[in-house]
Amino acid sequence: MSEPLLTVRDLQTHFFTEEGVVRAVDGISFDVREGEIVGLVGESGAGKSVAVQSIMRLVEEPGEIVGGEVTFRGETIFGVEEGPDGELREQESMLSNAEMREHIRGREIAIIFQDPMESLNPVFTVGGQLREFIEINRDMDAESAKAEAIQMLREVGIPEAEKRYDDYPHQFSGGMRQRVLIAMALACEPSLIIADEPTTALDVTVEGQILEMVADLQEKYGTSFIWVTHDMGVVAEICDRVNVMYLGEIIEQAEIDDLFYDTQHPYTEALLDSIPRPDQTVEELDPIKGVMPEAINPPSGCRFHPRCPDAREVCTRVHPGAREVTDAAEPHTAACLKHESVFGAGYTESQPIESHAGANFGSGLAARGGEVDE
Amino acid sequence: MAHSDASVDDGTTPESRSTTGGVNERVEARVGLSYTLSQLRRDPTAMAGLVVIVVMTVVAILTFVDAKLLHYYFATHYWVNPENDPSTVKTLMPPVGLTNIFGEGSWAHPLGTDYRGRDILVRLVYGTRIAIQVGFISTAIGLVGGTTVGSVAGYYGGWVDDALMRAVETLYAIPFLVLVIAFMAAFGRDLTYAMVGVGITTIPSFARLIRSRVVSVREEDYIEAARAAGVRDRNIILRHVIPNSFAPVLVQATLQIGVAILVVAGLSFLGFGVQPPTPSWGQMLASARGYLLPDAWYSVWPGLAILLTVVGFNLLGDGLRDALDPRINN
Repeated sequence: MSEPLLTVRDLQTHFFTEEGVVRAVDGISFDVREGEIVGLVGESGAGKSVAVQSIMRLVEEPGEIVGGEVTFRGETIFGVEEGPDGELREQESMLSNAEMREHIRGREIAIIFQDPMESLNPVFTVGGQLREFIEINRDMDAESAKAEAIQMLREVGIPEAEKRYDDYPHQFSGGMRQRVLIAMALACEPSLIIADEPTTALDVTVEGQILEMVADLQEKYGTSFIWVTHDMGVVAEICDRVNVMYLGEIIEQAEIDDLFYDTQHPYTEALLDSIPRPDQTVEELDPIKGVMPEAINPPSGCRFHPRCPDAREVCTRVHPGAREVTDAAEPHTAACLKHESVFGAGYTESQPIESHAGANFGSGLAARGGEVDE
Repeated sequence: MAHSDASVDDGTTPESRSTTGGVNERVEARVGLSYTLSQLRRDPTAMAGLVVIVVMTVVAILTFVDAKLLHYYFATHYWVNPENDPSTVKTLMPPVGLTNIFGEGSWAHPLGTDYRGRDILVRLVYGTRIAIQVGFISTAIGLVGGTTVGSVAGYYGGWVDDALMRAVETLYAIPFLVLVIAFMAAFGRDLTYAMVGVGITTIPSFARLIRSRVVSVREEDYIEAARAAGVRDRNIILRHVIPNSFAPVLVQATLQIGVAILVVAGLSFLGFGVQPPTPSWGQMLASARGYLLPDAWYSVWPGLAILLTVVGFNLLGDGLRDALDPRINN
């Protein structure tokens, strides 16, 4: 197998707030290979966005990347090593901020942001902004950059691209703005595009068109994608491999088909149960009980145990790391103790526990409902 | 910009894009020069202010561009230099239509002559040049300095912010006029130092104004998008942060031009700034002070000129504020 394009190993990003340390990303590892679309899935607050910001080294105060290693085509984007004094320090081979700016951001890795309404500068024309990005990242003169910009607008399906080149962002609809942002990301022909929930703010029909377009463009340019989303439907649509995140950790990692048809983690299972599936008919959807706990003070043991239907006593004590749990051709890892043969933590002998968050959540709803009835 | 409409149409069909009303009821984003100007055009007081400013500026520019012509015209017909021909000088002539002990006003000197027999209209015209120059240059100094300091401080935050803002705010500790006078006492009394002095003292207000906008603008997604695209900090500040934070600064600058004119007129009145015989409005007021009782009209002209100009800038400033404020819907 060829060398992965992007390797993330044990990446940790913490936010040092006044209330304490928030472990937004707590030791995630994954690879992105050439030409594949990798999904990063999870609820709000799972640390998806912080993870991709860390890859670009765009984490802002009070956040800080505290550990792990990110390499891109053999170049170290971030890495720590143990210094002679035993203290952790940044590796010398790590790219400097200027190198990040000039060689990586925009040129090699581009980001498409979540909200197309806010990601374009309202005071400049759409074409001007696109042209600026092309000029910066491809060393073109203004005129050929403009031609390229119009070409890109056409490529992403903006009608009358020459005319619309001089329009301001507010004259574009949401779907068209997202197309512009995709054009902007593609314009510099990066090897990797990070799409941070790019279709969340759009309605489903537009989402469908955008996904189709991305799939086409991906085929044409061979660009790799990291697709951040909370929507399993989108994942099923375009991803090749999926990483499921929960509270700063990747709890399951698998090929797309394995994930959907051979689910190994109760959280992923719960996520899949909470959305309608064309291949299964159910009476009622089954939402996940409770809300995600604060990352500032995560539950002991397995972080999902308060909401987990399969939780047993041992889950409150033992924190499972992700391990390979099936013998599928592609690695399929999960971080769940119920795979007794892999983890051997004594799950089978352990007593089942009631999931507290679920009970509390339910009773809270009932109490509120009662008040309304009065 | 708030976009209240959630309806999002797909981009594949060319939609009818009539910008002047029509089917498309989308909330119009209030940005752009043409939008601001169209708003301004609907505001009669702002337009009045603009007219005054344009007239004043044109007059001022004429004295620069075609000073020779203007000078020739006035020198041969009106500007009687007492040193050249003391016998024919008519001092303290009243304006047209009035009479005083020196005689009746004539069209030769429409606004009368001063105590040395110089034509007041000519001196006013030359004074315009100084007033406009002072207003624009000193405000430009404050604007550029304040915007630089404020946007850098606001964009980087942290200790950069603290250091820069505390440094410029020390200027607030000293009364404004005292500071300018002290500055001129240290460096020189002429107009250049008056402009620089007034410019420097306005840096903190511009800096604070733009910083307050920058700290919110820097959190916008398009700033992060620019950073993710590898744009340099300098270009982010210049091309993305400042243009989006500039509206209140522009309003403040317009008002500040009027204030600067007033302040420098005040300084000239006190004897700082333009030195005689170069005519400035403040200095003309100062010399008219001695003739207030017999010939009040003498002090009216420079006073009127100052009033008109300052009010003009204020009206335009207020109009701009309304035009740039997205909450005011007119």
